[in-house]
Parts: sequence; C-alpha cells; structure tokens
Amino acid sequence: MIWLDTIVQGLLLGGLYALFAAGLSLVFGIMRLVNLAHGDLIVFAAFLILVVVQMTGLNPFLGALIAAPLLFAFGWLVQRVVLNRVLGKDILPPLLVTFGLSIALQNGMLEVFSADSQRLRAGPLESASVDLGPVTVGIMPLLTFASAVMVIFALNQIFYRTALGRAFRATSDDPVTASLMGINPASVFAIATGLAMVTVTIAALFLGMRSNFDPSIGPARLIFAFEAVIIGGLGSLWGTLLGGAIIGVAQTVGAQINPEWQILAGHLAFLAVLLVRPRGLFPRAVD
Amino acid sequence: MLQTHALTASYGQFKALFGIDLHVAPGECVAIIGANGAGKTTLLRSISGVLRNAPGMVTHRGTPIGALSADAVLQRGIAMVPEGRKLFPSLTVEENLMIGGQVRRGDGRWTLDTVYALFPILRERRLSPGTALSGGQQQMVAIGRALMSNPEVLLCDEISLGLAPVVIRDIYAALPRIRETGAAVVIVEQDISRALSVADRVYCVMEGRVTLTGAPAGITRDAVHAAYFGNAA
Ligand SMILES: Nc1ncnc2c1ncn2[C@@H]1O[C@H](COP(=O)(O)OP(=O)(O)OP(=O)(O)O)[C@@H](O)[C@H]1O
Ligand SMILES: [Mg+2]
Repeated sequence: MIWLDTIVQGLLLGGLYALFAAGLSLVFGIMRLVNLAHGDLIVFAAFLILVVVQMTGLNPFLGALIAAPLLFAFGWLVQRVVLNRVLGKDILPPLLVTFGLSIALQNGMLEVFSADSQRLRAGPLESASVDLGPVTVGIMPLLTFASAVMVIFALNQIFYRTALGRAFRATSDDPVTASLMGINPASVFAIATGLAMVTVTIAALFLGMRSNFDPSIGPARLIFAFEAVIIGGLGSLWGTLLGGAIIGVAQTVGAQINPEWQILAGHLAFLAVLLVRPRGLFPRAVD
Repeated sequence: MLQTHALTASYGQFKALFGIDLHVAPGECVAIIGANGAGKTTLLRSISGVLRNAPGMVTHRGTPIGALSADAVLQRGIAMVPEGRKLFPSLTVEENLMIGGQVRRGDGRWTLDTVYALFPILRERRLSPGTALSGGQQQMVAIGRALMSNPEVLLCDEISLGLAPVVIRDIYAALPRIRETGAAVVIVEQDISRALSVADRVYCVMEGRVTLTGAPAGITRDAVHAAYFGNAA
C-alpha cells in the first residue's frame, strides 16, 4: 500500500504545481508571453497575504480574499504600463522585461521583508487528515488539489463560455482582426494578466500554508510551473493540471526510492514526456 | 458622411497612398476597383484604423477619426470584412458571429437570427470551427460577423475573390438586404463589370491615386481600362 499512498500524495502535490502553473498557462495561451517573473509573483503574493493576515488578524484564506483584488489590479497595471509596450512579433523583449521584473521583485522583497523564512499559519487545519480507506490524506493537500481543479475548471468556463473568453481566444488568434471587432487587445491582455494574478494569489495561499517561503524561492516555483505547462501542451489548461500531477507523482515516487531524488525525478519525468511528445500531451491545434 | 481628405499611407519608407479623396454618403454603395497592389486594401485599412493616420485625413460625420484605433472606429459604426476573411480559428462559426456583436450600435436589425436568415447555411454549420468552412461560407461568416455590430458603414475587402460563381451570386444576392437597413457599403471588387453593376459610384485606384471616379452610367470601358492600367497600357 505504500506505493498507492505515494502516488496519491504525488497527485495531490501536483495540484499545488498546477496552481503554480495555471496563471502562466493562461498568459501564455492568450499572449504568447512567457512570464519569467511568475514564480516571484507567487512569492510576492504570499508576502502580501502575510501582510494582510498580520495587519487584520484574519486567517490566511480571508487574507487571500483581500489580497486577490489588489493583485488583480497589480497585474492589470504591470501589463498596461510595462508588458503591453514590449509585446510584438519579437519574443525576446518581453522575455527580457519579465526577467528584469523577476530580479527587481526578488531584491525588492529582500529589502522589505528580509531573507527570513515566513509561513502562513492555518491553525489545526495544517495537521488534519481524513482516512480514505487504503490511504490517509491530509486535509491541506486535498484542499490544494481541489482548488487546482476548481481554478482550472473556472478558467475553462471563462475561456469557453463567456464573452470575455471569446475575446481572449480571438485576440490570441489575431489581435488585428480582433481590434476590427471592437476589441482593444491591450485591455484584453491587461484583464488576462489580472486574472492570472488571481490564480497566483490562490497558488501563494497554498504555497505559504504548506511550507516556508522567503524572497529567493520564486525561480524554482517558476521551473515547476513551466514544466507543468510544457508537459500539458502550451495553452491547454486541463493539460496543465495533468502536467502538475505528473511532476508531483514523479517527485513523490522518486523520493520514495531515495529522498534525495525528489526534485530530480520531477525534472526527469519532464524530459521523458518531452522526448515522446515534444509539443506536450495536449498541444493546441492552431499555432 | 464618411470622407477621406488627401489620405496618405506608407509602410516604412514605401508610400502606398498619395492623397486619396473619397466620400461615402449614407446608404450608398461604393465600389473600389484597381489592379493588384494599387492600394485598395491599404485604403480600407486606413479608414478602419488598422493603419493610423493624421486625425483629419479621415472624417466621420465631421469628426476626425484618422488617428483612432480600429476598435474605436468600429464603435463609431464602421465595420470591416477584411481581406482573406480572417475568421478566428479558435472560435466556432457562431462564436465568430457573436464576437462581431460584442460591440453593438443601438438595437439595429442584425442579430444571430437575422444573420442566419440572410445566410441559412451558417445556421447548419454554426458549431463548426469557422476555418473548417468552404471559402464562400467563410466569406458569409465574415460578412455576418461585421453586420453583427449593426454598422452604419460596411467595408468589404475582396468580397468575391477566389470564390465559385454560384457562391459569388449568393453573396451579391445578400447585398440589397444589407442595404435595406440603411447601411452604406464599400466594396473592393476585382470584377469590374460586377462592380459597375452594383455600385452607385465607383473609384478606380492605381498606384495609390484615384484615377477615375463617378457613377457607373457615366463610365466607359475605355475609361476604366485607362484608369486601371495607366495610359501606357
Ligand atoms: N504590410 C506591408 N508592408 C509593406 N508593403 C506593403 C504591405 N502591404 C501592402 N504593401 C504594398 O503596398 C501597396 C498597396 O498594397 P495593397 O495591399 O493596399 O494593394 P491592393 O490594391 O489591396 O492589392 P490586391 O488587389 O493585391 O489586394 C503594394 O505595393 C504592396 O506591395
Ligand atoms: Mg487588397
């Protein structure tokens, strides 16, 4: 039963990675922008939730609820003021700008919050678990996974069932023709990044409740997110969830064999998938 | 109502339009003809805001709109059927139409139902990806998509290019019903005799200049020929 347990824990861990990846996948799917600051934005969001929690005494869930609209506005502004100016045929300028943003965020957080590790405290929930027959799972990993499924589901609904989602897809297909339909691509992109920051808030909430965080851990979260997106196929949201699950399972299985192999096993799984399916498991038809 | 004033346009160093004066009255049908590379598409792109100009180069109801972005021009009631149809591949036929209706002017005539009544085949294909359709059906979607905003002016680039004759007939059969709503229509058409037969007025463009303009009745074949190819031809 140890293997079943390992796989279930891995799947649940994959939920966290899918949460890391959802915003990255969304932004890439709509504007072909790889945001190298994504991991640092998750850490930034975690600090913001922490500040809200410390100032108000609320629990982290409510703290995240307050942080989410602030981070939506932050994402919207960054897209409007910075990223929209560099988006174009050439993919290098936006890449460089987000790289710069990543460095600036890390240093800024170091300055403001110091290098100390922090944690979002969720009280008794942290250690609670449920018995599911053959395996016992923690409430927190379960909540994380459920949130990932809900986030991906909600993003899919927005994408395929709403006028905003239609505008996202049309702008992603062809921004010039979209503008002929009365859509302003710059403001569609700003909304998309704002939405991505809401998913980042949720990712930050579960990251901060699960483990310690400090200003330096962003880039590693970016790598996990990036691998989940690539495994799933660029632009496919459900693929991103699957990608997260694959990395999660690979990590727990690797750790079961040898605790030092956890991270490496995730990367190896990523490479293995790429060898077999270079465009990921669910590549978009049009690209 | 819609007017260009000594409109110029260029792509980098290359000048494509050299001072075009064009006007469109309410409800009028204007055809733009001209050889390949004459600048017809550039002209429509300048009017629709895809290419930006000095504000006064294009006016709509007296307001300068030359510097407006494409989405702002659409909001003023000037819609475009772009060259090559340009349907959104990620959207179904119906979604393509709905995106055209996301910005609507008043409560005009055009809705999903009336567009489907105009082009019944689209109702059958409404759940297909737009780009899975035949060229003619795609053109119908592109026209319907532009109509969904209830435009005051409909700009159609290459309305019949590359389509089978029966399909062209169907598309032209829709023209009177589009004009019934009071919309002015500007079509770019390579088929000169068709252009002359449907339009109230014709502009012939050559190398970025208007070389001939007037009502079809007053235009002879020879005049068109000269305007089309220049006097050297
Ligand atoms: N994006 C562009 N960059 C550079 N030059 C361009 C561009 N688009 C068009 N041109 C040039 O501008 C001129 C006018 O082109 P335009 O497309 O407006 O002509 P057209 O009358 O629509 O031709 P066609 O009948 O082939 O559609 C041509 O010489 C063309 O080569
Ligand atoms: Mg053209």
